[in-house]
Amino acid sequence: MKVTNNQVIRLADIEFLSYDNFFSNVNEALNHDEAHCVHYFAKPNPDRDGEFSLFCLIANDAHHDIDLLASVINKRDELQSLTAQHLCLHPFEREMHELYDICFVGHPWLKPLRYSHDRKAGGDIYDYPFYEIDSEELHRVGVGPIHAGIIEPGHFRFICEGEKILHLEIQLGWQHRGIENLFVEKKKLLQRATLSENIAGDTVVGHATAFAHIAESLAGWNTPEWLEIERAIALEQERIAVHTGDLSGICTDVAYQLGNAVFGRLRTPMINYMQKWCGSRFAKSLIRPFKTNFIFTEQLAEEWQNTIDKYKPDFVEMAEQMFDLPSVLSRIERTGIVTKENALNIGLVGMPAKSSGLLRDTRKSHPWGAYKDVDFQPIVKTSGDVYARARMRYEEVLASIELIQRLIAQRKETVMTDISDAPRTWSAQPESLAISLTEGWRGEICHVAITDKEGELALYKIKDPSMHNWLGLALAVRGNGISDFPICNKSFDLSYCGHDL
Amino acid sequence: MSFILILLASFFFTGIVIRVKSIAQGRKGPSLWQPMYDIWKLLHKGSVYSNVSSWIFKVAPTIYFATVIVAMLVVPVGLFGSVIGFSGDFIFFAYALALGKFFTIIGALDTASSFEGMGSAREALFSMLVEPAFFILIGSLGLLTGYTSFSDIFAAFHITGEVSYAYAAIAAFVLLMICMIENSRMPVDDPKTHLELTMIHEVMVLDNSGVDMGLIHQATNMKFALYTTLIAGLFIGNVETWWMQTILFFGIQVISAMCVGLIESFMARYRMIHNAQFILVLSSLALLIFFGIK
Repeated sequence: MKVTNNQVIRLADIEFLSYDNFFSNVNEALNHDEAHCVHYFAKPNPDRDGEFSLFCLIANDAHHDIDLLASVINKRDELQSLTAQHLCLHPFEREMHELYDICFVGHPWLKPLRYSHDRKAGGDIYDYPFYEIDSEELHRVGVGPIHAGIIEPGHFRFICEGEKILHLEIQLGWQHRGIENLFVEKKKLLQRATLSENIAGDTVVGHATAFAHIAESLAGWNTPEWLEIERAIALEQERIAVHTGDLSGICTDVAYQLGNAVFGRLRTPMINYMQKWCGSRFAKSLIRPFKTNFIFTEQLAEEWQNTIDKYKPDFVEMAEQMFDLPSVLSRIERTGIVTKENALNIGLVGMPAKSSGLLRDTRKSHPWGAYKDVDFQPIVKTSGDVYARARMRYEEVLASIELIQRLIAQRKETVMTDISDAPRTWSAQPESLAISLTEGWRGEICHVAITDKEGELALYKIKDPSMHNWLGLALAVRGNGISDFPICNKSFDLSYCGHDL
Repeated sequence: MSFILILLASFFFTGIVIRVKSIAQGRKGPSLWQPMYDIWKLLHKGSVYSNVSSWIFKVAPTIYFATVIVAMLVVPVGLFGSVIGFSGDFIFFAYALALGKFFTIIGALDTASSFEGMGSAREALFSMLVEPAFFILIGSLGLLTGYTSFSDIFAAFHITGEVSYAYAAIAAFVLLMICMIENSRMPVDDPKTHLELTMIHEVMVLDNSGVDMGLIHQATNMKFALYTTLIAGLFIGNVETWWMQTILFFGIQVISAMCVGLIESFMARYRMIHNAQFILVLSSLALLIFFGIK
């Protein structure tokens, strides 16, 4: 069944296939390079014990639609693993296995995703079945779960030959908060909106927009154009701020002090602008379903232009100098390469995918609201190394500045409509499924909601781009020096809590 | 007197490096004496020891500190002469420092941490590569002057006339680079990083604390001053008055510290694998002096 972004489907309209049919359909759909899985999850059927509905959402970038495939299975069935055919499905099957004991036969890496492997026996997360080696020449290095820069926890286990990394395994789950369940438990709209802002603290606008779209589409509310434009401006502004901060981080990791200091300085006016707009530098409370508390005024538009006029020349000068400096280039060129083939296999999304020559940008392929009519071309790099990912940030910042300028022009032409009759509480169609895709700065964010007979949430599923991309990092560092790991890690800049939920 | 001058220089050397880096970043930066305050603070703290490390871990910092003190004894500052000096004392100098390094390495290995093992391997490799550069350099100067003691070499260095300044310039560059490698500064190591995987020296002292840490910091400061004293020795040999020499000595210390600060501000660190090549280049530069003298 074909759906588009932000569409609501009645559960009764969904065709549930037998698992065999489901298997071959998913398999076939993923055989095309322009298709990738945006989410794949199971929903327990409350009436029948051990029965689950599987939903697989496969976005097709060429046709601009999303394939919704569904199946009903029993957890006692022996299901053929789809991961064995398409590696990109590995985290989804692992999640289902871990949560519901659904057995996938032939899964090549059926390890826990967020919990300990023997959780039901009271196992501890410290006890994880790492890939082991038995060799005199090789050695293991364990890093974490406490991060050296005390950001977020995650455990990295390297197998090295001298200085060279042969294998990296990443164990996550230390940040698991059960946020998907909280969405179902907390009934108030404001509670849910606040939750969505806290899925990943660095992608507040991205996740909050995705949730707002879910709530609005489930209520059957047509989001006015001016509101969508304002959200797009916020989303692009977040991209500029985080990318600038990341460039500073990349400079820190190659010990290029000038870049670190200058980009760090440049990030400040970008997040301070958010504070002027909504009172929070991380844009908390800016995006709310059915409304906005902070209208983007003429004055804010003018202030944005002033801020950018000061920011842009310095930013361009610093970036040009950085990408011109031999000592920096020698660190980032040909470091941490992800080939296009690998990127396709593991289903990379967002910035790292675009850096490996894979055009995956939902702003172009599955646009919502304001992105539908704005002229915009995603940036693609082909080398797939740290250089490409750093350069990508530089060019995306410039592209986002232009995009915001166009959005502001569009906003001025759009008439502000009255939205005082919009719903104030959660009001959703019963027994429906809604999907929302948003391109955050890190990549594609996917939220899916399913409602019950009363229109209350029965299931809320969140997918941060990090879910796909952590494996990309593990592959990128193979064959590199272990001292280059931090710079590879920074160039991906993935979220721990976005993955752990 | 030389000993006191070098000790004095060691007190402000790191302070200048940090200050220069701060100014290059557009910050005001901490006081010149901040590193000294930090060391003073550390010396008043107790040390924490892991229960898996042995006595080697406990004595290593003290021995490291002691070896640097001993090495300081043979280095002269112009007319003041060194505390002790004898033929071949430059070999004593190099191996006294090497002994200190050996103890830091086994001290780090004693903790059985995989990070510290990695750091030790790197430190050992780079020190080994630096050694030929140092010996070729000082050996050539010995060949030039006909002496094998620091005091005599520096005193007699300028007998060959103007060309000696060319040797001095190359030698100063090589010594400055050796100094930066030995003290684990950029571009070989990054003392500021928080990432254990990329560290060399910093990662080896992760487990040290309190007094031990203070000793290690001060030993590093003294090593800095020690190498720059050698550089100063190349230039102040034929200055006749002691006060002029003292001014020049401190001038060269300050300039060297500023060079270190500027290098660290405006370039990125080398990839670990390129460090070895870079260090070998120093040996070839030292050879240049050797052939020049021949």
